Amino acid sequence: MMNERDLFAALPTIDEAVSQRLHQRLVDVANAAGLLDVAYRTIETPVGTLLLAATAKGLVRVAYASEDHDLVLERLARDVSPRILRAPARLDGVAREIEEYFARRRSTFDVPLDLQLSHGFRRRVLSHLPEIGYGKTASYAAVAKAAGHPKAVRAVGSACANNPLPVVVPCHRVVRSDGVEAKHMLLALESAA
Amino acid sequence: MATKSIGLSQQPFEEIVAEHGPTVLRVCRAVLGRVDAEDAWSETFLAALSAYPRLRANSNIEAWLVTIAHRKALDHLRAASRRLVVTDEVPERPAKDGSPEGWESGLWEALEALPLKQRQTIAYHYLVGMPYLQVAEIVGGSEDAARRAAADGIATLRKTFPKGESR
Repeated sequence: MMNERDLFAALPTIDEAVSQRLHQRLVDVANAAGLLDVAYRTIETPVGTLLLAATAKGLVRVAYASEDHDLVLERLARDVSPRILRAPARLDGVAREIEEYFARRRSTFDVPLDLQLSHGFRRRVLSHLPEIGYGKTASYAAVAKAAGHPKAVRAVGSACANNPLPVVVPCHRVVRSDGVEAKHMLLALESAA
Repeated sequence: MATKSIGLSQQPFEEIVAEHGPTVLRVCRAVLGRVDAEDAWSETFLAALSAYPRLRANSNIEAWLVTIAHRKALDHLRAASRRLVVTDEVPERPAKDGSPEGWESGLWEALEALPLKQRQTIAYHYLVGMPYLQVAEIVGGSEDAARRAAADGIATLRKTFPKGESR
């Protein structure tokens, strides 16, 4: 005679289609109720899997896989809101622009941004970065000047290193004042060998 | 669950859904039956999402969710008992695609035939794995009464559920 635990073990597990439908429904009602504080998805790109997260206001975080996406989501829960769901629809526009960017069909991003993860001077720095055109570079010193603090060159460096929106906010266009990125030259040289 | 926890911050709600969604659905299914189970599941997780930022650290999340599901199921049962006439609204039937048996099984039907208290105590004790003391806190009454209700339900299930389905 089977015991009670075995009796219930005979219940079929919930299939994937049901789980997905319920999840989608939760996303829809949460969004309608204004409770979806952070929506996220991932996207495959030539620089690896990117995590994209958006509040109702705009794109709040882009993260490389090296940053550990689970950890990034945990930090978003702490710093923005724990009401976080995987909800790709809110990020469709961003994902499309990023795909176009990597396909060289787009040179500027025009999705709304939410810079709440960045404060004070760092935020001012980030808000100036889109002024550096596609394919162009600017020195840390020039960005410091544009952000109103010509002497804050190192602070510009840390603002770029802590950019919550890499790729979309082009911190990669900020280079050292000596103009030459020695490590890029060396790497280019080595990769051609 | 192993998490690289940073301080006392909460897990992203997505993880709560992934971890506890299936259990809550089984509870809703056992207590309410097929038609209302998915509605109750959605209402449970929406209410949980709303209250989640205020949930105290170190709370038993599973017990918290089952308590919400319990109340949402009661709302459905009350609404159903108030409904004197069948409404025009046709409930959306869950799809049955997926695994061969899908979501259906004779055992669910056998459960549906049990009285409410028996369905609740069986769901919370056997499907969730809660001790009877905790079950009693949710359904009301004593720990012994909860244990008896579940035992009575199991006795009926043994008679009604088709035999020879053990694996």
